[in-house]
Amino acid sequence: MSEAICVRDLAYAYAASENEETVPVFHDLELSIEEGSFVAILGRNGCGKSTLAKHFNAILLPNGGSVSVFGKTTDKEENLIPIRRTVGMVFQNPDNQIVANVVEEDVAFAPENLGVPTAEIRRRVDAALRQVGMYEYREHAPHLLSGGQKQRVAIAGVIAMRPQCIVLDEPTAMLDPKGRREVMEIVSRLNRESSITVVLITHHMDEAALADRVIVLHHGEVAADGAPKKVFSQVEMLHSLGLVAPETVELCWALRKAGFDLPLDVLDVENCAQALYKAVKA
Amino acid sequence: MEPILQVRDLSHIYSAGTPFEHTAMEHISFSLHRGEFVGVIGHTGSGKSTLIQHLNGLLQPTAGEVLFDGRDIWSDKGFTRQIRFKVGLVFQYPEYQLFEETVYKDIAFGPKNMGLEEKEIDRRVREAARFVGIDDKSLEKSPFDLSGGQKRRVAIAGVIAMEPDVLILDEPTAGLDPEGRDGILENIRSYQQAKNATIMMVSHSMEEVARLTDRLLVMNHGQVAMDGSPREVFQQSQALLDMGLDIPVVTRVFLRLHELGPSVDTSVYSVEQAVAALKIWKGGVPYA
Amino acid sequence: MLKDITLGQYFPGTSIIHRLDPRTKLLSLILYIVALFTAKGWIAYGLMLVFLVTVIAVSTIRPKAIFRGLKPIVIIVVFTAVLNLFLTDGETVLASFWWFTITKEGLIQAIYMVSRIIMLIVGTFLLTYTTSPIALTDGLESLLNPLKTLHFPVHEMSMMMCIALRFIPTLIEETDKIMAAQKARGADFSSGSLIQRAKALVPILVPLFISAFRRADELATAMECRCYQGGEGRTKLKILKFAARDYIALAIGAGLVAAMILLKAFGL
Repeated sequence: MSEAICVRDLAYAYAASENEETVPVFHDLELSIEEGSFVAILGRNGCGKSTLAKHFNAILLPNGGSVSVFGKTTDKEENLIPIRRTVGMVFQNPDNQIVANVVEEDVAFAPENLGVPTAEIRRRVDAALRQVGMYEYREHAPHLLSGGQKQRVAIAGVIAMRPQCIVLDEPTAMLDPKGRREVMEIVSRLNRESSITVVLITHHMDEAALADRVIVLHHGEVAADGAPKKVFSQVEMLHSLGLVAPETVELCWALRKAGFDLPLDVLDVENCAQALYKAVKA
Repeated sequence: MEPILQVRDLSHIYSAGTPFEHTAMEHISFSLHRGEFVGVIGHTGSGKSTLIQHLNGLLQPTAGEVLFDGRDIWSDKGFTRQIRFKVGLVFQYPEYQLFEETVYKDIAFGPKNMGLEEKEIDRRVREAARFVGIDDKSLEKSPFDLSGGQKRRVAIAGVIAMEPDVLILDEPTAGLDPEGRDGILENIRSYQQAKNATIMMVSHSMEEVARLTDRLLVMNHGQVAMDGSPREVFQQSQALLDMGLDIPVVTRVFLRLHELGPSVDTSVYSVEQAVAALKIWKGGVPYA
Repeated sequence: MLKDITLGQYFPGTSIIHRLDPRTKLLSLILYIVALFTAKGWIAYGLMLVFLVTVIAVSTIRPKAIFRGLKPIVIIVVFTAVLNLFLTDGETVLASFWWFTITKEGLIQAIYMVSRIIMLIVGTFLLTYTTSPIALTDGLESLLNPLKTLHFPVHEMSMMMCIALRFIPTLIEETDKIMAAQKARGADFSSGSLIQRAKALVPILVPLFISAFRRADELATAMECRCYQGGEGRTKLKILKFAARDYIALAIGAGLVAAMILLKAFGL
């Protein structure tokens, strides 16, 4: 499998507001994301997750090292638009990424920018809205939709570019449980059915558990990287980084400390119940 | 003991008499007692926000009444204003309401509006800052130079500084990382314990309310659908799911385990309770 | 709730007026205004009124909505009426008390002016009631397009209008929230001297501005992420297209102006 995003020796520092001092975020960060994979990035606030995400579609450019997206490096001017149409971005606050005051006009925004012919825009907009289940709302005003619905519109607006990769920066942070479920279902489906590479930044461990790879960032460095089962089993390490494991893992971990013989790689309710069943039967 | 806050048959209709007329809540009654930690759960649009804005007199009921210490909060204008300080309300994303040049001044905004003396204001600002873990050095900083989590703490301190008897918080941990969430919840609890204050917390996280509260109000379609201890509420898992709400993961695991055979206690809702319950079961004492 | 108030008060519908091209409606409004200002004499005003009432009937907009829209301008209407009534010189004195005199000419002038203002406002309302803000922006952009050759930033203007329309409800809602939050900390917006009241606005305005800038910043990034590069090479989801009804509507508008000119020329 080929690489969707490849980060080599990335160094980046941003200028602090008042004085000329710069605050380093990354130095020599190495990372690659495989095409078609579903990667979750975890870490405390301020660990550099969002800054990294903005390197994936050339919103930010490296101070040192390089970031390449499907073989194109982000620092070349002529690669800018091809990269941005390949890697779509969805942000935390759905209100601040919806441009137009009619749902379908908003979804059309990116294709319009790309100069897609009118008939094709219509096809893409309808298809994208159907994919996120918002087709019936195509003529609604976005500000009257629920948070989850707005975020689905934002995702449709990205899909309409026909990207190969979607980066979502805490897309569910401002949503209620229902909205979160809706958004996560769509994200998983896009990865499974449309083989879109997904990079999900989140604080919700149960969402990260849906990914096929979890990367933990700490102070701009990769602190853990692997399959969710592997990463989430390292409960002490997660705690020391100010993170937690999914509730089911936390439960098994506490039970192990109380003397029960339990595995830690149980990421959902069913697996956890089965493991407990085995343990108490023995 | 006399309840500190009583809600009697409260209803609210927005934009009554216009085409936008909308009933946000109907016939709500409950009481809050001193020192209680009450969680409010309910999906978006169930009337939670409308309800909490009635408790400090920001919204006037269409019908029914809110009593503070047995007195109707709308009985006179001066009293309604006093209620703002006695019932502190922290809105969602309160950090977006900071406006002063320094953290100190922002926290002092409420106490100043109360008309307190300079010395008393100073004492309250410093104490409130301590409750939320803001050190003296940060008091002179601009609130806009702080991190997101710290801004939230400053905003909460701004309400705590009014030393309300009842502190109401609307999703105080929304959007924070796990460490930030724990920190804020710890701050709230320390205020409750230090002042024997009543806390009412709206949350979407069942784990959060399960861990902290001694009582839960479940809102659905503008009404109180359930009112009881977390154990009583989470036991009605199907009803909660029907309302579009979650139940704690631990409860779900135990419900499934029970289905598989072992007659474990399915009313557990926290990791600690789960460990205890399983120990008892393992010890050969089946849950009665 | 504040957010229920939509700007421009668009009433969605499917009447022929709703379906007209926004450019037709904009141009027709201009023709209508020209006709209105050309109109002179009872017959001309009568004809304009018949035209207006017909359009309202066809548009299926309820008269109640139109009257409600007139409420805010009552003061202007009364002021105009009073001014014309008392300050128009004339020969036939109808009544006089103190130092006021009402002449027949004054009365006629007042009636003309008031009808003109009301018809002007109602005509404009009809445009905003039957056209969505976005269609209006599109229409305006398209009509102003020739100005591009003069380096007038037509696309940028319409983009700005579009974003403003999109964010007005969001910011109104936000203002609501901030006000409630500061009230919860004892802020008082309704009492005290004028200066005190102005000062009381600081806790609302500062967070509101900060939030607006933050939103603008995030929106700009989101737009860049969606390949926004200005108006150059942009295509559109909806292309404005004139239909037969648009030509007919414009012909009626032109006819109306012609009628007014003729009526004036013949001194009717």
